[in-house]
Amino acid sequence: MNYRSGTHAFMHGAHTASPLTTGVIPFGLIAGVSAAGMGMSLTTTMGMTLLFYSGSAQIAVLQLLQNGALPVTMVITALVINLRFLMYSASLAPHLHHLPRRKTWPLSYLLADQVFALFSLRSASGELGRYAFHYYVGAAITMWLGWTLAVLAGVILGARIPEAWSLGFAIPLSFLALLIPSIRSAATLCAAVAGGTLAVLAVDLPYNLGMLTASLGGVIAGLTVELLRKDLDTARGNDAEQETS
Amino acid sequence: MSELSQWGLFLLIGAGTFAIRLSFIELYGSLRIPSLLRRALLYVPASVLAALVLPAVVYPDRQAAFDWSNPQIPAAILAGLVAWRTKSTLLTLVVGLGALWALKNLGA
Repeated sequence: MNYRSGTHAFMHGAHTASPLTTGVIPFGLIAGVSAAGMGMSLTTTMGMTLLFYSGSAQIAVLQLLQNGALPVTMVITALVINLRFLMYSASLAPHLHHLPRRKTWPLSYLLADQVFALFSLRSASGELGRYAFHYYVGAAITMWLGWTLAVLAGVILGARIPEAWSLGFAIPLSFLALLIPSIRSAATLCAAVAGGTLAVLAVDLPYNLGMLTASLGGVIAGLTVELLRKDLDTARGNDAEQETS
Repeated sequence: MSELSQWGLFLLIGAGTFAIRLSFIELYGSLRIPSLLRRALLYVPASVLAALVLPAVVYPDRQAAFDWSNPQIPAAILAGLVAWRTKSTLLTLVVGLGALWALKNLGA
């Protein structure tokens, strides 16, 4: 699409991002409801929401706070979950690094999974042209508003939800909804099976250290399977070459 | 944990997250991801999420005693199937919570 102006690009960004907010609103509600259920004040909850601006890290830290995990466990868990932004940052950098800091810093804060997906799709095809920044901001502010308002609504609703609904179960369920689509190959499946099984076995380790150990074990399992399959493929490839020669 | 140390914790995580997001945009050209880390990052979501989900489903009260009659296990399996078939967060939550409610209130 050729944009007539910055405003046009901004509005188009907001328009393409708006259906994606439906994916984050349930998580936002859960984060708000859980925080309220733990007795966290509205100010603390919203402060946490604005500082993190990362749903999975926030819900994970809420669960760890409930379990009485060590602060260092919470910091490492949250930052490991957010390491994916490193890849997003690397892939967006060629399109955005030339902007001044007063633009790159806010747009880095606003970087989210959906914004990355939308922006990289359109910047790759070159259709954004000189209004790339405006498109990005339109999409990013829409996602930010959807998330922040959903947490706020969750906090306000939180106190009114009856115990019988077992909303505590919503945290593992919301992670399950993220986990299933992340399993895309035999190697990621093994990473998930190893991470999950180790975490169940190591649950008696103090301060939730079992969760970190298990995550590391899962990553190593995934890398190992990737390596084994590659070896297998190379072996097969060599066999095939020998047969044809 | 005190209110103040909680804010300190959130500030630290917020600053760290911002630094990760900014990293390559700020240091374009002078920073490269080592290839082992790049490959390891592919397995972080599946591994971390599974390590968060499974213990929370299997041990509802954080008492490490395995119990087959725990209604969260069938509810989570059902929700997992819904997540797989529909890819919808909302449906996964509704089916999972609904199944748990039904098992707790109708089963026994």
